[in-house]
Amino acid sequence: MTALATQSLAASELLVQLKGISKAYKKGKEQVSVLSKLDLDIRRGDFLALMGPSGSGKTTLLNLLGGLDKPTAGELMIGGQRLDQMSSSQLTKWRARHVGFIFQFYNLMPVLTAEKNVELPLLLTNLSSKQRKHHVAAALELVGLSNRAKHYPSELSGGQEQRVAIARALVSDPDLLLCDEPTGDLDRATADEILSLLQTLNQQQQKTIIMVTHDPRAADHARHVLHMDKGALVDDGRVTDAEH
Amino acid sequence: MYYLQFLLSNLGRKKARTILTLLSIMIAFLLFGLLRSLAAAFDQGAEIAGEDRLVSINKISLIQPLPEAYLPKVQALDGVDKATSANWFGGYYQDPKNQFPQFPIVAEEYFEIYKEMITLPEEQMQAWKKNRMGVVIGKALVDRFKWKIGDRIPLIGMFPKEDGSTTWEFVIEGIYEAKSKGADTSAMLMHYDYFEEARQYGKGTLGWLIIQVKDPKQSAQVAAAVDALFANSPAETKTSSEKDFAKSFAKQFGDIGLITTLILGAVFFTMLLVAGNTMAQSFRERIPELAILKTLGFSDLAVMILVLAEAIVISLIGGLAGLLLAKFFISGAAESMAATLPGLNLSNTMMLFGVGLMFLFGLLTGIIPALQGLQLNIVAALRRR
Ligand SMILES: Nc1ncnc2c1ncn2[C@@H]1O[C@H](COP(=O)(O)OP(=O)(O)OP(=O)(O)O)[C@@H](O)[C@H]1O
Ligand SMILES: [Mg+2]
Repeated sequence: MTALATQSLAASELLVQLKGISKAYKKGKEQVSVLSKLDLDIRRGDFLALMGPSGSGKTTLLNLLGGLDKPTAGELMIGGQRLDQMSSSQLTKWRARHVGFIFQFYNLMPVLTAEKNVELPLLLTNLSSKQRKHHVAAALELVGLSNRAKHYPSELSGGQEQRVAIARALVSDPDLLLCDEPTGDLDRATADEILSLLQTLNQQQQKTIIMVTHDPRAADHARHVLHMDKGALVDDGRVTDAEH
Repeated sequence: MYYLQFLLSNLGRKKARTILTLLSIMIAFLLFGLLRSLAAAFDQGAEIAGEDRLVSINKISLIQPLPEAYLPKVQALDGVDKATSANWFGGYYQDPKNQFPQFPIVAEEYFEIYKEMITLPEEQMQAWKKNRMGVVIGKALVDRFKWKIGDRIPLIGMFPKEDGSTTWEFVIEGIYEAKSKGADTSAMLMHYDYFEEARQYGKGTLGWLIIQVKDPKQSAQVAAAVDALFANSPAETKTSSEKDFAKSFAKQFGDIGLITTLILGAVFFTMLLVAGNTMAQSFRERIPELAILKTLGFSDLAVMILVLAEAIVISLIGGLAGLLLAKFFISGAAESMAATLPGLNLSNTMMLFGVGLMFLFGLLTGIIPALQGLQLNIVAALRRR
C-alpha cells in the first residue's frame, strides 16, 4: 500500500486532458456524431480500462488519444501539447515519440523477425544500429521473449505475437500505451499473461495505459474503469475504481 | 542497411510471384537489349557515311537502272569531285539462303571513292585488275564462308549470261578490310566490264551513281544539279546523301527487321504490363501494413519512398539480369553474324538507357500504390482489418 501511495503522489500530475471533445463523421450530407462533448482527465501512471457496448466510440476515442485522428471540436492536451492543433505531419512525429499502440490483431510485419519488428520504431530515432539492438534486446527481455528474437510472426503463438507487439510499443520508451482489445483474440490463460504483463509495465515502468476491452476480467487488471455509451462517458466522466 | 533488408524480405513474401515478376521483367529487358542492338546494326551504315558522298538512283525505284551515259555527264558537273557507278548482282552461293551483297563496280574508282572506309593491299588490287573474272571480298565474307585467295566461287546470279546460264564463276583475288570502325565488309566486288559483257539483258545500264562532292557544304546544290540534269528524261534521278541511301537500302531487307521489331516490341510492353500489374497488386495487399508504419510514426514521404524503392529494386534486379543476358547473346552472335549484320553490338549508351528505363518502369508501377499509401487514412485502414 505504501508503494502505491508514493506512486500516486508522483503520478498526481495530469497526462491527458480532454475538454469538450467531439468527433463526427460526414456520411454524405449527414453528420454522424460519434463522440459528443467528452471531458476527461487521466493522471500520469494510470491504467485505465475503457468499456462499453460495440459502437459506443471506444476505438474512436483511443484513436484521438493516439493522434491517429483529430477531434471535430474540443481541446485535447497530452503531456502539455495540444494535439487538436497539430497538423497531421506534426501528429506523425508526435506519435513516434510519445505513444505506443497495441491492437487486437497483433499487426506485426509478417516479413520481419520479432527483433526487426521491435526495431521498427527506433528507425525514427537517431540511435545507432548498436544502440538500437541494445534497446530491442531490453524490450524483448521485458516481455519475456528473448529466446524468440529471430522468429517470424508466423512462427509464434498468438500470445507471443502480442508480446512482440507490446515490445514494439515499448521500445521507444513512450509515456502512453494505447491498447485496443489487446486480449480480444486470445484464450483466457494467454490473455491473463498479457494483462499481467501490462500491469507490470504500469507498476514497474510507470507506463500510463489506456486499454479498450469488452472483458470485465481484463478490466480487473486496471486501476480504474471507465464506461462509455453512445459516444459519452457514463457517470459524466467520473472514474470508478477497479477492484484489485 | 535495415531498410535494404526490409526491402529484400518483402521480395521474399510470395516467392513464386516474385520470381515470375522478375522473370517477366528480365525477358522484357532481354528483348529490349536484342531489339536495340538489331536496330542499331541496321542504322549503322547510315551513321558512318560521310556527307560528302551522294548517291543517285532512278527516281522510280532503286531497282530501276540508269543509262550508262549519265556517269560522264555527272562527272563533268561543277562541284563534283569524282563519280563512279555500282550495279546490283543479286546472286547467292550454292543455296538461296547464302545471300550477301555483290556489286559490279569499277575497281580503282570504287576504292578511291571509299578510301577512308575500306582498304585493299596494292598487290591484290593489281592482280585483281589483271583477272576479268576476279573479285575481291570483304573480311566478313572470309569469316563466313572460309574462302581464301585463289578460290573459284560459282554464284547463281539473278541475271542470265549470254549463253543462258545463270551460273557465274569468279576467282577471289583479294580481301578488303574495314578502315573505319563499322564499315561494311560483307560484300563481294566484281568487275563491271565483265558483268556488262556477259549479261544477257540490261546492257548499258547502271544501278546507281556514287558521287564525291568537292565541298560538303555544297552537297545540296550538287544533288539538285544532278537531278536537274536528267529532269524530264525517261530516267529521272533522285540524288540524296549516302546516309539516306544506306537507310533505304537497309530497309529493303529491314522489312523483316521491322516486323520482328513490332512483335518483340509488343511482347516487351505486354511483359512490362503484366509485371507492373502484379507488382501493383502486391502493394495493394500490403496497404494495412503501410497503415501500421504510419501509426508507428513513419511519415507519408517515408512510406512512399519505401514503396517506390521496392518497385525500383525489383525492376532493376529483373532488368539488369535481362540486359546482361542480352549483352551476352549479342557478343556471342556478333561474330557469327558479322557478314549478314555487321556492327551488331549492345552499346554502353543503350545499356544506360535501359537502366533509365528500369527506373522509369519501377516508378510507374510503384507510383500508384505509393500515392495510395500517401493518402492512406490510418484509422480507416486499421478498421478494415
Ligand atoms: N469512418 C467512419 N464513418 C462513419 N462512421 C464511423 C466511422 N468510423 C466509425 N464510425 C462509427 O462510429 C461509431 C463508433 O465506432 P467505434 O469503432 O469507435 O466503436 P467501438 O466502441 O470501438 O466499437 P467496437 O467495440 O465494436 O470496437 C460506430 O457507430 C461506427 O459506425
Ligand atoms: Mg473498437
